Amino acid sequence: MSVQEELKAIPPAKLSIDGVSKNFTTRSGPLRALDDVSLQIKEGDFVCLVGPSGCGKSTLLNIIAGLEKPDKGQTLMDGKPVSKPGRDRMVMFQEPALFPWLDVMNNVLFGLKLKPNLNRKERREVARFYLRLVGLEAFAHSNIHELSGGMKQRAALARALAPNPRVLLMDEPFAALDALTREQLYGDIQRIWADRKKTIVFVTHNVREAVCLGNRVVLFSPHPGRVREEFQIDLPRPRDINSVELAGYASRITRALRGYVDAPGTELGAE
Amino acid sequence: MKRLLSSAVFFVALVGLWHYMVSTGKYSPVLLPDPLSVWEYLLRSLQDGTLFQATCVTLRRLFTGYGIGIAVGIPVGMLTARYRFMEDTVGVLALGLQTLPSVCWVPLALVWFGQTEGAMLFVVLMGSLWSVIISTDNGIRNVPPIYARAARTMGAQQFYTWTRVILPASAPFIVTGMKQGWAFAWRSLMAAEIFVTILTGFGLGQLLENGRDLHDMDQVIGVMLVIVLIGLLVDKSLFSPIERLLHRRWGTGKA
Repeated sequence: MSVQEELKAIPPAKLSIDGVSKNFTTRSGPLRALDDVSLQIKEGDFVCLVGPSGCGKSTLLNIIAGLEKPDKGQTLMDGKPVSKPGRDRMVMFQEPALFPWLDVMNNVLFGLKLKPNLNRKERREVARFYLRLVGLEAFAHSNIHELSGGMKQRAALARALAPNPRVLLMDEPFAALDALTREQLYGDIQRIWADRKKTIVFVTHNVREAVCLGNRVVLFSPHPGRVREEFQIDLPRPRDINSVELAGYASRITRALRGYVDAPGTELGAE
Repeated sequence: MKRLLSSAVFFVALVGLWHYMVSTGKYSPVLLPDPLSVWEYLLRSLQDGTLFQATCVTLRRLFTGYGIGIAVGIPVGMLTARYRFMEDTVGVLALGLQTLPSVCWVPLALVWFGQTEGAMLFVVLMGSLWSVIISTDNGIRNVPPIYARAARTMGAQQFYTWTRVILPASAPFIVTGMKQGWAFAWRSLMAAEIFVTILTGFGLGQLLENGRDLHDMDQVIGVMLVIVLIGLLVDKSLFSPIERLLHRRWGTGKA
């Protein structure tokens, strides 16, 4: 396979989550993390899952990724059931999870090495393309500990994009970053989504962030984790997180969320 | 360069002090020889080949036993970290035997193997193996689980994850264990060589003991210096580069 062909944006996949339930056993007894959750995500959609901690949104992401198995129900990708992790669904975690024994370039190469049909030179070319895409070309040979928090997440994004997945799963990837860096990354992720045509499922507890990024915002409530409501966000892109229209959407969603979350002590992030 | 200079000045001063103490005449040269006569012994024994031969014999024993210790210890440590059954059996054994000073293996080795190379190898192996197992086990348990998860999402299978993620991620621990294993092996080998004459090869320990038998303090101190030098050399040439690499990657060691 040629590099040109490899770098082509491949068609995104559609996801169908059918009646997924998941229980965990904790010290204080069984916990129903997800209760009969169904969700349809069409090709190339950008869906944000929002809810307070404990609502099972990260668990759902892990199930879509194939890192965890549901107790009931199933996830279909283009009609085929998901049973294990695969390069067609790459994950970005809250921590960058970059490998400290490799430099930035080799971190991006890690997933590519597991991909057949590319030789050494081609892999490097592909990796450089994605480092350029996230603006880290100049840091290809830096060690991980030399990068700032935002740069680490950019490197993690490049690593996740490099195998050319059809779905990108993001689990609060920007939660640990400062506001300024985060706003920069909002711009980048929208640009990359438009450019590379991925289906993106983005988990966050930050309502503004969800409105800024998603075509759809799906509200979850905890104990047990359930889908409560969906919002279509009809704002032009690229969106600015500080715009007034966006704030209007965000406050409406936050109000809705409060209605579902009346339990005391439940965290609500409407920063 | 500046660091090299400060080292050099320090050691020259140390030898100077030694020479001064001898020259006061308060200490019998039978007990404390002059650095110059130790130097002469070293030159002499280098020329007639005894020192070189003894060093070769000792290093061969050391590296063979130590090599086996690492080759066996790392996989076994991986197994004890991975399987509960291995942890409860071999893991406990390793933990127990690691507390045994490695010199204690010498009598057993002699009974089992007699005065042979096998006894020497056994002592070195027992000295290094347990530390390597325990630190490998410990290193693997300290790898953040997110690394393996990230590798799985990128399509890594079990074996690939272990060799390309878990093992390198635990490298700082494994290297520490290898260093400790080296120190234990080196000490126990010296003890074994001093205790026992092995007919198949005359090592540094035997040369040292031989010096005592002959009341030749030049030889005793000369051989001790060689032993120290080998220890330093191995540390600086074998472990230091690896540790520097790890520090550079992980961004540690600058405190």
